Amino acid sequence: MINKSKKIIDTNIKIAIDKPYKYGFSTKLDIDTIEKGLNENIIRLISKKKNEPEFMLNFRLKAFKRWKNLKSPYWSNLHFSEINYQELTYYSAPKTKKLSSFDEVDPELLKTLEKLGISLSEQKRITNVAVDVVFDSISIATTFKRELAEYGVIFCSISDAIKDYPDLIEKYLGTVVPVNDNYFTALNSAVFTDGSFCYIPKEVKCPLDLSTYFRINDQQSGQFERTLIVAERGSYVSYLEGCTAPQYDDNQLHAAVVELIALKDSEIKYSTVQNWYSGDKMGRGGIYNFVTKRGLCSESNSKISWTQVETGSSITWKYPSCVLLGDNSIGEFYSIALTNNYQQADTGSKMVHIGKETKSRIVSKGISAGNSINSYRGLVDINRKAFGARNYSQCDSLLIGNSSNSNTFPFISVQNSKTKVEHEASVSKIGEDQIFYFQQRGIPMEKAVALIISGFCREVFNELPLEFAAEADKLLNLKLEGSVG
Amino acid sequence: MNEKIPLLEIKNLNVSIKEIQILKNLNLIINKGEIHAIMGRNGSGKSTLSKVIAGHPAYNILSGDILFNGKSILEIEPELRAHMGIFLAFQYPVEIPGVSNEDFLRLAYNSKYQYEGYNEINPIDFITLVNDKLKTVDMDPVFLTRNVNEGFSGGEKKKNEILQMSLLDSNLSILDETDSGLDIDALKIVSKGILQTLKNKEKSVVLITHYQRLLDYVKPNFIHIMHKGSIVKTGDATLAKKLELTGYDWLDDL
Repeated sequence: MINKSKKIIDTNIKIAIDKPYKYGFSTKLDIDTIEKGLNENIIRLISKKKNEPEFMLNFRLKAFKRWKNLKSPYWSNLHFSEINYQELTYYSAPKTKKLSSFDEVDPELLKTLEKLGISLSEQKRITNVAVDVVFDSISIATTFKRELAEYGVIFCSISDAIKDYPDLIEKYLGTVVPVNDNYFTALNSAVFTDGSFCYIPKEVKCPLDLSTYFRINDQQSGQFERTLIVAERGSYVSYLEGCTAPQYDDNQLHAAVVELIALKDSEIKYSTVQNWYSGDKMGRGGIYNFVTKRGLCSESNSKISWTQVETGSSITWKYPSCVLLGDNSIGEFYSIALTNNYQQADTGSKMVHIGKETKSRIVSKGISAGNSINSYRGLVDINRKAFGARNYSQCDSLLIGNSSNSNTFPFISVQNSKTKVEHEASVSKIGEDQIFYFQQRGIPMEKAVALIISGFCREVFNELPLEFAAEADKLLNLKLEGSVG
Repeated sequence: MNEKIPLLEIKNLNVSIKEIQILKNLNLIINKGEIHAIMGRNGSGKSTLSKVIAGHPAYNILSGDILFNGKSILEIEPELRAHMGIFLAFQYPVEIPGVSNEDFLRLAYNSKYQYEGYNEINPIDFITLVNDKLKTVDMDPVFLTRNVNEGFSGGEKKKNEILQMSLLDSNLSILDETDSGLDIDALKIVSKGILQTLKNKEKSVVLITHYQRLLDYVKPNFIHIMHKGSIVKTGDATLAKKLELTGYDWLDDL
């Protein structure tokens, strides 16, 4: 029978979305690791290994105490087996000390970074971006440190910052995301090992984009990173973050905390392209990504903008938020979350309006393929004194195939009547007819799907820095290759 | 034209969708340079026929064959059929959010011409080319910056189909109810676009329509009437005029 049955087409779409994970290799390195398990001694050991001042150890121990009394959040639309925290390793670091020259870094490590597209050597590194590289538990290198210092910009690993700028750390760490905010923040606060610290002084527009690249390499260790960005009055910074991990059959845990503080008239733009290993086609392995990201617009006319492209992880639990305390402050959240196979994402944003005339905007694009579950969860909270506050939210979902799942859970709480809140939502499906239209015009299916997806994500891509936008577009298409048809 | 060279031959075609047979023993020959009109009640299988010729994946070909330039195309992917010279103006053109009309048109144009062995056209030359074509359908260049069919009026969507037809310059253009829902001015523009294509005596056109008025502008060589999945009557241009008077009731007595 001459029969172009629908099944064949479905398989074709599938092949078009399922591209193998490019960053799934692991690197054999001489590592310094500690025994697995979590208790007070482990925390003391981590703190000691990092030569931390007394206040940091106390911060950690307090967090650990809180954590023991907290429960893992159950309200999300995620299903996964319980994590045994005693089976994890909380410190694992390549045995390379930070040296004066990047040439002294373990050549294996350098090779790995090259493979990931990161070059630390003076000649090859990207000229307009300063990079901090965090490998498992520690930061191994930060580029352009000296150049940035001329502007008074501090960009270094958080470990260095704790030693070199203890006053700033003590003043700001844990002020936006309190230690006991939730289960994972308490855990992170107790055991975090590295991450980035950025400080932009008054009236300085940071001359380079700052970027941190996170890599989980070790199979048994969890990565607990901590990032803190402080933008002083009238300053501006654009920060980018990228992440990958090797391909293992079991799950690795990544529980990060990011805090942003924007003072009067300052702006922080924070972009993420998250491409942790997402597990195989059957849903085995992959990263559990439990992240708390929050920005505080503490004074008037400040602005915080989150842009995220979430493509990896087997589980994503992440709600980058803005607390709009200062009058006229602005919070933005632009998100693309793509799930395929058995990935699950529960992500969205919280906008808390406290100051007068505060504005927020949420644009969320969810793409679900395979058997994945993709949920948007958001909160718009307008407090009593937030006169003239405005929010606009838009949540669009795109379904590919017949087994994927998409949800939207918007929560809106308004306690002031002189405000304006708008919410729009749409669900669409890449349908046979849409693809046929392209094909009839001579455009093959893979290109059609790529075009439909880029079109769907356009508004968010426009918010990303240029090189990042191109990379994100490519990444999405790579992840989806094979799943439409 | 004296010598008749067949462009499209449909032989004893039987087609089903979801176990329901739509086309039954359908036969049709379209020679180069001919204009055919296909009329018939709603649900008689006209749109199915057009989609099957273009290779829509939802339909099952039970038996029969479709030849294009003498070669069976049943096993050929829709995009290749397009490259070979089959164009379908859709009854309901789809909207593509976030993709500009210009990018879409250029991609379609390049796909076809690269298939024919030409180099990709550079965007500036393309703008010149497409602006010329825009004039034939009386559309503003702003049209190019809008997303494909998104927020277009019914008339604009149809004009956009004609623009694509004229841009891709295919050997066989099938227009599925392109005249439905058009005002007189838009109908004239659409007709003008079709006639422009037909200036080349090698090109053939199939008009699927419910109305005589399009056929006033574009005179068909043949009119076919479809009923329950088959062509039950074929005649010349006068057949459409008769239909205007009698309707389709007489079909039930066949």
